[in-house]
Amino acid sequence: MPQPAENQSPEQKPKRWVYLLPLGLFAVLMVFFFFGLGLNPRLLPSPLIGQPAPEFSLPKLSNANELFQHTDLKGEISLLNIWATWCTSCRQEHPVLMKIAKSKQVPIYGLYYKDVPDQGVVWLQNYGNPYRENAVDEDGKVGIEWGAYGTPETFLIDQDGIIRYKHVGPISWNDWETKLLPMINSLRNNNDV
Amino acid sequence: MTSRLTSFCLMLFFVTAVPAEIAGFPFESETQEQRFRDLSSELRCLVCQNQSLADSNAGLAQDLRSELYQQVLTGNSNNQIISFMTERYGDFILYKPRFATKTLLLWLAPILLFIVGIFCLIRFSKFKNQGQQTQVNEEELQKIRALLQAEEEKQ
Amino acid sequence: MIPELGHFALILALAIAIVQAIIPGMGLLCRRADWMAVAKPAALLQFALVLIAYGALTYSFIVHDFSVLYVANTSNSELPLIYRISGVWGAHEGSLLLWVFILSTWTAILAIYSKRYPVDMGAGVISVLGFISIGFILFTIFTSNPFLRHFPAPIDGADLNPLLQDPVMAIHPPMLYMGYVGFAVPFAFAIVALVQGRLDTAWARWVRPWALTAWVCLTGGITLGSWWAYYELGWGGWWFWDPVENASFMPWLTGTALIHSLAVTEKRHALRNWTILLAIISFSLSLLGTFLVRSGVLTSVHAFASDPTRGVFVLAFLGLVVGISLSLFAYRAWQLRTLTPFSLVSREMALLSNSVLLLVTMLTVLLGTHYPLILDALGGGKISVGPPYFNSVFIPLMIPVVFLVAIGSLIRWREDSVSTLIKQLRTPAVLAIVFASVLSLLLPGKASFTAWFALLLAFWVINSCYVQLLQRLRHSHSLMQGLRKTPRGWYGMILAHIGLGFTVVGIALSSVYSQEQDVHMVKGDDRTLGEYRFELVDVERITGPNYQADMGTIRIYKNEKELMTLHPEKRIYNVRKNVMTEAAIHSNLLRDLYVSLGEQRNIDTGAWSVRLYYKPFILWIWLGGLFMVLGGLLAVTDKRYRLEVKQEKIKLDANHAPAS
Repeated sequence: MPQPAENQSPEQKPKRWVYLLPLGLFAVLMVFFFFGLGLNPRLLPSPLIGQPAPEFSLPKLSNANELFQHTDLKGEISLLNIWATWCTSCRQEHPVLMKIAKSKQVPIYGLYYKDVPDQGVVWLQNYGNPYRENAVDEDGKVGIEWGAYGTPETFLIDQDGIIRYKHVGPISWNDWETKLLPMINSLRNNNDV
Repeated sequence: MTSRLTSFCLMLFFVTAVPAEIAGFPFESETQEQRFRDLSSELRCLVCQNQSLADSNAGLAQDLRSELYQQVLTGNSNNQIISFMTERYGDFILYKPRFATKTLLLWLAPILLFIVGIFCLIRFSKFKNQGQQTQVNEEELQKIRALLQAEEEKQ
Repeated sequence: MIPELGHFALILALAIAIVQAIIPGMGLLCRRADWMAVAKPAALLQFALVLIAYGALTYSFIVHDFSVLYVANTSNSELPLIYRISGVWGAHEGSLLLWVFILSTWTAILAIYSKRYPVDMGAGVISVLGFISIGFILFTIFTSNPFLRHFPAPIDGADLNPLLQDPVMAIHPPMLYMGYVGFAVPFAFAIVALVQGRLDTAWARWVRPWALTAWVCLTGGITLGSWWAYYELGWGGWWFWDPVENASFMPWLTGTALIHSLAVTEKRHALRNWTILLAIISFSLSLLGTFLVRSGVLTSVHAFASDPTRGVFVLAFLGLVVGISLSLFAYRAWQLRTLTPFSLVSREMALLSNSVLLLVTMLTVLLGTHYPLILDALGGGKISVGPPYFNSVFIPLMIPVVFLVAIGSLIRWREDSVSTLIKQLRTPAVLAIVFASVLSLLLPGKASFTAWFALLLAFWVINSCYVQLLQRLRHSHSLMQGLRKTPRGWYGMILAHIGLGFTVVGIALSSVYSQEQDVHMVKGDDRTLGEYRFELVDVERITGPNYQADMGTIRIYKNEKELMTLHPEKRIYNVRKNVMTEAAIHSNLLRDLYVSLGEQRNIDTGAWSVRLYYKPFILWIWLGGLFMVLGGLLAVTDKRYRLEVKQEKIKLDANHAPAS
């Protein structure tokens, strides 16, 4: 039983609802935690979505004397994949890219990021080349323009050279079928209309 | 004016006033160096996620530092540099969130909480004051004093 | 066989924890002494069983039993013995078992000293602790069992994270956990007080040593962790406002408020509900910390590999424990509220103000830590809230706190007059201004208002300490008698407050006057930092017990006289291939010289990236922490906490007399 409190004069004391405040605050926090469990804090949305592809002009991996430019991405829906030979997840993603290339749904361009050109040539010879063309970004400056923070990263670019989607990390076949391909199809349909 | 004067005096006395080098980047002036330092500690390294650009040794952090260095040398303003970074990486890169609608609560909460705290304190103490004259507590206090005294003497 | 024994012991411990929670709890509610008498043996038995489980896991580590999955993931045959013992808490599963072990240890200690509390209070507390044990043992067994085997056993283990292969890191986690878990005891006392409606000064006296012990451990853990980060992470920082650091700092803030509020409750029978609330919040924040670290909702350098099921479990447990206790608080505290008068100018008021400020600070840190999560959940995109934000809100909130420390320890209970207070504080204030001004002129480097102001605050606190000592001595017959008669708790307070002053000085001076260079150097290069010249003499390859390293030799000159040679290392651990910087530091009370070796930038020229730091007075930050710990320890050992209560005879039904 509660002790009878001395000097009780209820009208001067905090109201009953004040005692409910901590519980209320905690309940709000719990709701956010519950939703927070379903979020991935490491996945960053790109501010470039809906923006035209950043301008760049870089030597091609196949031929260092030729330039690959952002204007080359226009006219056709395409994927731009940022990769390097030092990137182990890229190695894991590579077979999926090969399969996508084989499906001939969409051309894949590569941004060969912070790596030595010769090694990339050998790598593609050994494992196969899913890319239509590769731009060599040896010092990583163009990577910064694209907001790259973890290879591999893949951008979906529409006919007008506008970035529509960014995928961070290796693409799985499931990602391709459930996310990228439907988006490509809807972009195509919109354009046809 | 005074700050310029003090920095001039300090130039005379301390060798260290010569702009230092950061990450192998030589600076032309102390202001440049200070701006670089401030900006690089307010920008977040995206790869390592919980380090600033200044603290990180990750490859991307080094690249972004050199980008930052170039821009500081070119004389871009802090706002220009920050919008360069957020245009590419989003607000996530800012360790000090911008004051905007969505961060309103974040920036105002400390002040609000402080005011609410002070308000409660004053209200609380007011009604405590009114109960001042009660004798019960004085007696109780005496009792406690006596008890404590007794305990102390026991040991 | 041994891991199975451990697993079995843990399951038995769960069964005993259920007994420990339910029977004495029922005994408390039904006023049955025989049921309450179960508390002590159950607590001791549960401790013994958890000890066996913990010992079994440690044994598996020591003998390299890689057939145990957890051992295989966190140990390696090359791992030195000390890190095999500390490796037990090197990852999620084992650290959770450590949590359980510490909880059962505290419970057992409480059971042993249960003579100091009335039977029903002791039984109730042990019962509440039992409920917490149940939650954590269930969590361990069902989502994070460290005893699981896997076949075939790998030939060797994946090694302990090299960051943790460090002597300080071996003691930091247990220390921190002792703090976290330690707050379970005041929490349990608070719950029993709410249930029983018994909230007197004796209650506060029973809780104080427990709250102090927890606070001491948490303070020690945080101090060690910060020191470790400073020398191990290699960029000279010591506090990063990382979510996990904040998770340990938030209960520290409310725990600090709690130990002060308890003083008011013990001495003046006031602020009782406030004390109860702080006890509940402190433990809730400890649980929250556990949730944050193990659920992956926030990114942190310290987080364990995240696992959604674990997150859901801890969240549910957190909701249950905190939800029930705050509901109980809302229901009962309102009934228990009392009026103990004190004036606006009184020690009660000063201590209350400070604990309100500490709570406000905690809420700010809480909001800042979770704001990215909240915004993301509301679809507002990703933002970061980092050190620049926290520093800009934390420091202004801490200034009044530090300012009030001096007042709170000098002002009289109940009521004091402003004029006497000013009279008492005049000398310390004037002296603080003089000391701060003189010292800031003596400091090398630019005159800085921040530094001056921090020194002022620190001296304000420190000066008020000896004013108090003088006051005490004035009232006693002789110096020695005065010193002897002063209780240890008082000395503890003084020591801790001086520690706070030290930490303020360390933080302010090191951040204002630090100098650093992040440079590329080839052998023979030198750089000047303040009055020190650093020369890179050599970098050579060395081999450690389980790593390879590049070891730099850096010679430091002052006024062209050779001062010392430092050897920073860049280690690559054999198994995980992690690259670790081992900074080389020379510390003294005036300054740290800090050198860390980065990567080789250019193989042709042999240029190494090197970070050089000159950090004046940084050691004072942790020295302050040490003083706070010592002060807390001194206060815990105050003799008035050792009193045993005269066991009140509980009114029993004639049929239910206790067995003994």
